[in-house]
Amino acid sequence: MIDLRHVSKTFRKQDEIVDAVRDISLTIAQKEIVAIIGPSGCGKSTLLNMIAGLYAPSSGSIVYKGARVSDINTDVGYMTQKDNLLPWRTVRDNVAFPLELSGVAKGERAVRADQVITHVGLDGFGHRYPQELSGGMRKRACLARMLLYGAETALLDEPFAALDAQLKLAMHDLLLKLAAEAGQTVVFVTHDLMEAVTLADRVLVCTRRPATLALEQRIELKRPRDVLNVRFTNEFKELYDALWERLRVEYHEERI
Amino acid sequence: MTAPDGDAAPDGLHGNAANAGPSPLGSGFMVICQVVLGAVLLLLWQAASGRLIDSFFISNPVEVGTRLFGWIADGSLFVHVWATVYATVMGFAIGSIIGVVLGIWLGVSTFTSRLLNPYMSALNALPKVALAPLFVLWFGLGIESKIALAAVLVLFLVFLNTYAGVREVDQDLIDGARLMRATRAQVITKVVIPSAMSWMFAGLKISVPYALIGAVLGEMIAANRGLGYLVQFSGSQFDSAGVFAVLIVIALLAVALNFLVEIVQHRMQQWRVVGR
Repeated sequence: MIDLRHVSKTFRKQDEIVDAVRDISLTIAQKEIVAIIGPSGCGKSTLLNMIAGLYAPSSGSIVYKGARVSDINTDVGYMTQKDNLLPWRTVRDNVAFPLELSGVAKGERAVRADQVITHVGLDGFGHRYPQELSGGMRKRACLARMLLYGAETALLDEPFAALDAQLKLAMHDLLLKLAAEAGQTVVFVTHDLMEAVTLADRVLVCTRRPATLALEQRIELKRPRDVLNVRFTNEFKELYDALWERLRVEYHEERI
Repeated sequence: MTAPDGDAAPDGLHGNAANAGPSPLGSGFMVICQVVLGAVLLLLWQAASGRLIDSFFISNPVEVGTRLFGWIADGSLFVHVWATVYATVMGFAIGSIIGVVLGIWLGVSTFTSRLLNPYMSALNALPKVALAPLFVLWFGLGIESKIALAAVLVLFLVFLNTYAGVREVDQDLIDGARLMRATRAQVITKVVIPSAMSWMFAGLKISVPYALIGAVLGEMIAANRGLGYLVQFSGSQFDSAGVFAVLIVIALLAVALNFLVEIVQHRMQQWRVVGR
């Protein structure tokens, strides 16, 4: 469904040329959940930005459902690393924003927004402004907004980084449930290997900048997954250890 | 252009003694001191007039007061005050509407703003007062030419602030909205304008005194009523008491306008919460 063909991206900062992504080819199937993992500062976010159509690749092409991505890709829901909630709107109005844009009536908007706000555990905060919430709560508000937008593909950039362990598990569970319900394709960036193996069908490991694919590992754990207990199974442990071994090599090289 | 948080700065001239810092004296005492200082200055003025300095140049408080009461008694002052207030308010309204619309339009359309950039800079650098003769030609000697001058002064200030505010809008917010299928009109009304709102208000606030300046200047150049006309007329009659009397009225008008702005701003507090 999403096809990256020899995608590279270079940025020019004044006279300096920065290679963010170099020659990545990859195919993501419909309803697949893909985790991209790699050292921070490699081009992971750039990759998501290109799939969302915010940047054009410097070379190569991105094909989404048979059509080349050349402008903003409105079929994706994108949860960026920096929360981009509108600061002059309450949480409820922020979450309901996609519905407002598509012309849903006010009453229905509020009801549906409150539903997903409860889903992400923000009940009672609907009338607050984003700057009154903690970083983790803002992330959840973004997640709620993305869920309400109901895109067929979800792009998430370190979606759960600021959450505590318990909340993270609850969000993992919610994400898997809703993605399965809606038949969503999910691409997420993380630097938490545990999270990657727990959620994904496939884990892609990026090298340091410029990002290329170092390796790719299928995660053949059965679905629906029990996000709390899956990590204690032997299959999980084997996959995790194997990936960790290879990641260590990657990170080790980086340190030299 | 002025950053929107400028109004947070302590305003030393307007008697914020109570919150200006730790002061051993109460604000009530300060008011008494201020009144006493004013009285002393008036007495000095009265004493100096005719003794140290020729009263032809500086008149004296008694004569100024007499002139003022004379104008109030025959009602002529109100005609002039009304003319000036009307020109100020109309000029402010017209200038700010055009300024806001122009600022948003040029702010969101990169091509047009780059195209017009040198011309806007040139127009902005031009002392707007120099346009007055042109306005007299176009709009006549009536109030319209004063409104036009006030509007032009306001327009550029509001335009520059609005434009800067629109340019400051976080691109990530715009991208986020576009990813959620926002149309261009929706991006402008739901992201750009609310985000630039505090800049617009800052521009509107600083331009209020300029509306008054424009109106008074316009009246000084060519008019048959208004406070600017009155000060010009009194001067040409070598009537220094009259000049001082009008200056006092203009100062009071300016203070009243500032007060009005403070009240409006207080009611608009909600728009100031925009920073992230």
